[in-house]
Amino acid sequence: MRQMRDNQTGIISAIKADGELGRRIRDMGLVSGASIQIQGRAPLYDPVALRVMGFTLTLRNNEADLIDVEVE
Amino acid sequence: METIIALAGNPNSGKTTLFNGLTGARQHVGNYPGITVEKKQGTYVCNGSRITIVDLPGTYSLTAYSQEEVVARNFLVDENPKVVIDIVDASNLERNLYLTLQFMEMGAPVCIALNMVDVARKRGIEIDEKKLSAFLGVPVIPTVARKGLGKTALMDAAEKIAGKNKKPVPLDISYGVDVDQTLLDMEAEIRKKNFLTNNYRARWVALKYLENDEQIRAIGKKTNPALSAKLEKTATDLSGHLQDTLNTYPEAVIADHRYGYIRSIVNKGIISFQQDQSRYFVSDKIDKILTHRFLGPLIMIATLMGLYHFTFTCSETPVGWLDFFFGWIGGAADAYLPDGLIKSLVISGIIDGVGGVLGFVPLIMFMFFGISVLEDTGYLARVAFMLDRIFQIFGLHGSSVMAFIISGGIAGGCAVPGVMATRTLRSPRERLATLLTVPFMNCGAKLPVFALLVGAFFAQNKAGVMFIITLVAWGGALVIAKFLRITVIKGAAAPFVMELPPYRLPTFKGLAIHTWERTLQYIKKAGTIILGISVILWAMMTFPGLPESQTQGFETLRQAEISAVHSMVAAELASAGEKTKLSAEARILQNTLWKIDAGKAEAALKYSIAGRLGSAMESVSRLAGFDWRTNIALMGGFAAKEVVVSTLGTAYSLGNVDPEENESLSQILANDPNWSPLAALSLIIFTIFYAPCFVAVVCIARESGSWKWGLFSMTFNTILAFVLATLVFQIGTAMGLLGR
Repeated sequence: MRQMRDNQTGIISAIKADGELGRRIRDMGLVSGASIQIQGRAPLYDPVALRVMGFTLTLRNNEADLIDVEVE
Repeated sequence: METIIALAGNPNSGKTTLFNGLTGARQHVGNYPGITVEKKQGTYVCNGSRITIVDLPGTYSLTAYSQEEVVARNFLVDENPKVVIDIVDASNLERNLYLTLQFMEMGAPVCIALNMVDVARKRGIEIDEKKLSAFLGVPVIPTVARKGLGKTALMDAAEKIAGKNKKPVPLDISYGVDVDQTLLDMEAEIRKKNFLTNNYRARWVALKYLENDEQIRAIGKKTNPALSAKLEKTATDLSGHLQDTLNTYPEAVIADHRYGYIRSIVNKGIISFQQDQSRYFVSDKIDKILTHRFLGPLIMIATLMGLYHFTFTCSETPVGWLDFFFGWIGGAADAYLPDGLIKSLVISGIIDGVGGVLGFVPLIMFMFFGISVLEDTGYLARVAFMLDRIFQIFGLHGSSVMAFIISGGIAGGCAVPGVMATRTLRSPRERLATLLTVPFMNCGAKLPVFALLVGAFFAQNKAGVMFIITLVAWGGALVIAKFLRITVIKGAAAPFVMELPPYRLPTFKGLAIHTWERTLQYIKKAGTIILGISVILWAMMTFPGLPESQTQGFETLRQAEISAVHSMVAAELASAGEKTKLSAEARILQNTLWKIDAGKAEAALKYSIAGRLGSAMESVSRLAGFDWRTNIALMGGFAAKEVVVSTLGTAYSLGNVDPEENESLSQILANDPNWSPLAALSLIIFTIFYAPCFVAVVCIARESGSWKWGLFSMTFNTILAFVLATLVFQIGTAMGLLGR
């Protein structure tokens, strides 16, 4: 996900996080098959803001690394 | 019997607004025992019946990872509420239903409040609530909590459920062949042994074992270790199987199927989009500016400065009134009480103590009002988003910045509201690290101390030195935060998985209730302890009193001076009021007597417990360049940092020194051979880092939920400050820097 550009959309193909991080990510609706769009990045390029199921979510880059996205 | 209804839902779903709407001012806020999660309870009155409504903490899920989720879960199990009103944000249906499903899986009697239908409609989202209700098998009532719409219908539906007294039909979701079969096997085992089934559904317990739920596993281990171990083994086996075959975990499979179930319902024509969904929402447009690469930080700095200004400048007037009021009471006590211990206790112990507690109230009110505005509009989340990269380095969170700024990140703040501002942080470790490091900031009370020392020793470069002091405080706080995070508060960074809620206009009622609650809590909880400590500090500086012989000595001196002048002069001074113009002779006598009194005060201070401690510590404190006078002053600073200045004044026989007008004290220090610019620098360093004032310590203990952390901040900070000050003084002396 880190490589995605602003406004780019894609579908989550895999989430490699487990434990608390994995749980939090999934609780917020980031599951395989969910479609996401990159909204933008903070002024220092980290964290990243993305849209999933109609709301906006933030993730640190190293957390986003654990999410594989099939870019459209 | 009293009916209890629980209010649950995601954060930002309008839960608090609905709670305020239903209960109005009939609320009670407390804490769940032992933890810092707020417990809010209120009463709803309708048609003569009273219903207790408990506002559960906002959560996205019901795992055991956060305190909030555990609290919500335990409440449902322990208190068994008649109805759980689940507030679902209509503009964000799918994610909100994720929590709803988990309530239903637990077997809780759910009633859905489909909130913010107006916002959803504006975005072109229409929801068929009748269909949704039919699919889920629970009532769904559309509401607009901000405008109070749907309130009565919602409560009617809730009361109907409560009146039925029938267990709701729990929801069983299919989790795919592998998980389902395992669940069935586990369920059978659990039923057979009646394992935890008094409180929980068998299937739910099995599900939690699969989800690796620490809380349920711990309870299970206590109840039936053998079965618990067996269930854990089953869960591990399934986990291994899933990882081998599908490269995934049971938790992930369960979450996927929950969302799959939601999607299958939502796609059955429940939701319809009128417009192209990809159009920009207003919120996104605002974000394009407010989190812009260059504009964003500029606007943020302006906003934070604005908040700072609002908290400290606007509260000046009410703080002034309070000061005036307590000054007036103190004056009245001074005039009407007979001289002696009682008078001293009333003025210096009680009135100053109560004044100290209430003096912070306007600050706290303004701060919470300002932060509530930023929080309720959604801007606070953006601030955290923009600053997280920096704070992350030090093991903190983007949201920590508020607490630092309020505490004196811009010189002149106050650690008490700063400590309370850490409530906006949701991750416990980051919150604790912030809590313990904000007192290093240069609060308004430390400024007079710096001003005194800088004025006396660095007069040629005041602004420069003050700027360096600010930098040292920031740098020190961040480095120490990092140090704490890799030692005492170890643990991985909490995930920065945070919702950026859409921008909203806050309601005034919500802001007012929020501010009032927090302020009241401060007065009730911190107030009593602060008063007690204030009296103890007073006692330390008063007892034991000077022995009779010494008091007599000072009295003899006085009498000698009085009888040395013409009796007319003595009579003139004795009868003079505060504003009477005195003759030259009378003025000289007045001055001499005043000097004797100040000398007596100095002797009394040195004789007191605090004075003896100060003298006893002198051999050690010399390492950092402090004599007994400084030691006592620093002890006084534990009451409030500006007291350092007035206590130094007493110790140097100047009587009571007004912290704002310290010229004479400044001159004495500059000429005293015990002092040097280096000793001043060492004291400045010590003042930045040593124990926070006890009001802040009490707040730290309250906010962290344990006195352990209050005591930690006192001892750790003081030791750290002493080490740093000693380093500065010793290295400086060795290199011959800044000496006399």
